[in-house]
Amino acid sequence: MPQDETMAVQSSSTQSSDRVLLEVRGLKMWFPITQGLILQRRVGDIRAVDGLDFFIRRGETLGLVGESGCGKSTTGRAILQLYRPTAGQVLFEGTDLTRLRGEALRRMRRRMQMIFQDPYASLNPRMTVGNIVGEPLEVHNIGKPEERRQRVQELLEVVGLNPYFVNRYPHEFSGGQRQRIGVARALAVNPDFIVCDEPISALDVSIQAQIINLLEELQDKFGLTYLFIAHDLSVVRHISDRVAVMYLGKIVELTTRDELYSNPLHPYTKALLSAVPIPDPVVEEKRQRIILEGDVPSPANPPSGCRFRTRCGLRMDICAEVEPEWRETAADHWVACHRV
Amino acid sequence: MGTLLQVKGLRTRFYTQDGVVNAVNGIDFSVDEGETLGIVGESGCGKSVSVLSVMRLIPQPPGRIVGGEVWFGGRDLLRVDEAEMRQVRGNKIAMVFQDPMTSLNPVLTINQQVSEALQLHLGMDKAQARKRAIELLEMVNIPRAADRIDDYPHQFSGGMRQRVMIAMGLSCSPQLLIADEPTTALDVTIQAQILDIVKRLKRELGMAIIWITHDLGVVAGLAERVIVMYAGYVIEHAEVKDLYADPRHPYTLGLLRSIPRLDAERKAKLTPIDGLPPDLIDMPPGCPFAPRCAYAIERCLVENPQLETVARRHQVACWVDVTSGRD
Repeated sequence: MPQDETMAVQSSSTQSSDRVLLEVRGLKMWFPITQGLILQRRVGDIRAVDGLDFFIRRGETLGLVGESGCGKSTTGRAILQLYRPTAGQVLFEGTDLTRLRGEALRRMRRRMQMIFQDPYASLNPRMTVGNIVGEPLEVHNIGKPEERRQRVQELLEVVGLNPYFVNRYPHEFSGGQRQRIGVARALAVNPDFIVCDEPISALDVSIQAQIINLLEELQDKFGLTYLFIAHDLSVVRHISDRVAVMYLGKIVELTTRDELYSNPLHPYTKALLSAVPIPDPVVEEKRQRIILEGDVPSPANPPSGCRFRTRCGLRMDICAEVEPEWRETAADHWVACHRV
Repeated sequence: MGTLLQVKGLRTRFYTQDGVVNAVNGIDFSVDEGETLGIVGESGCGKSVSVLSVMRLIPQPPGRIVGGEVWFGGRDLLRVDEAEMRQVRGNKIAMVFQDPMTSLNPVLTINQQVSEALQLHLGMDKAQARKRAIELLEMVNIPRAADRIDDYPHQFSGGMRQRVMIAMGLSCSPQLLIADEPTTALDVTIQAQILDIVKRLKRELGMAIIWITHDLGVVAGLAERVIVMYAGYVIEHAEVKDLYADPRHPYTLGLLRSIPRLDAERKAKLTPIDGLPPDLIDMPPGCPFAPRCAYAIERCLVENPQLETVARRHQVACWVDVTSGRD
């Protein structure tokens, strides 16, 4: 079985009962910076994603958090081969997606879908809801037209929309309802794995909880595996089994939800957690914030050694010289920091 | 401390092709000298339109302030002429907007933009204004302010641009700073930097602040008093600690329950507020929140409740006592 092959290359601490669905090894996604109009010379690279190693177990939710520009969305897209990675492997049940081309890749795509951030931009305004949700079925040649119509109505019901809405257009729906349409589209082909790219950040607070609950219900119902990309640490804590924290193209820490929030090891994780406002004035009054200096450096020219060192309160000489090793300091707790 | 700003019965509407949008429906609030008032609500609840009405920055048409009074410095700002209003805007009352990317002019240097108000309102010459502008940028922690003052906005990051906006807001030492979701477009670590600066400046300069946000966390750490808005109405008003410890409106309660908290025990399931906010063109009779409200009784569907005092400095617009049955 392909799953067993992936198991063999995994870290020793991973329990053998946990099945790995997806494994990422040394993933890099660089975008060229060019100069000149006709003769474009490559003068550098934006290192959006610069060497990631992690895996996602079947049926779990891996949260990926970080601030804008850290490469979290690029990671999601590179996994789905919406960008072809510069280097590294993406093993889906042991098959390296980066080596697949054409029809073979298209067939694998049936098993992986994406839910996008902006429910206003990710639905074609000229298509009816029925056509939007049914398009993946058409692309992958699933079922006869009549069966597809029925399936679309089922899907709308599953995500909490009225099945009679099939002939309506996206502009007739609110943000939360549109996001439900996006979820229905992702579910159409019965995928195993869904990349949720900030699926609630464009929604109002009172609507966010509706979508989070929906995603959790669907996961239970269909045994879905999620990569949940977000910048809101409270939401990620709620929905994830394990959480990866990303900074400037690298994962700096990855561990189980409870461990990350109760025992963060990386200085960036600590700063990030301390910066999240808590809706309680009594708690807020007593809280000590770690205020980071300055801004995130450019991914075109990341700092030598540890990328976080320019903003880190605990930096040492070695941090500028040697890149910290990505290692497992305790069971299921990975971190890259010289101080740990 | 005296009352700095008093808003009474403010009503703002937008006359659009689809109908009349009832954006703000008769709201009252006040800000004391040196106080921070939080205005909380979701998109479309009228929080931005309220303060834009106070500043008389509503585009007319389609918008129109159809009623109310805005008392500031012994005058009703809705009744002074435009020349007098210009003396207030940016001078006595300053405003910081949400999006630091679009609120700065991309073809003018930072110096030109920060100096403008200093020359206009305080009558400084160019050299004085430049010197003061550098001081202001240093005050909001822009590193190497003297070197960077001739840069253009695109050379600044989002967090730095928002700090420039705050520096511009502070340039004439306003009595009131209105901040409309100033940290919403920023990352949490940058938001923490900005909040840190704002708290320090408030202590040092003693100005009053109106802070508009949808983030109940930000308000908790910043404001002394909070008003919660829904569908163009103020539905709850309380001191910040009372609002979080003892929320009385089902909507406030629902908002607090629907967000996961970083420091609380993880719940298996979130408790969302069902349904959608009402259409402001076609408002339901009765309480605007009634169709989504778990506590709604028959009266809620026909009669809209007014703000009533339920405890010291705590007002709620609701027919139901949500605390009954609670310990």
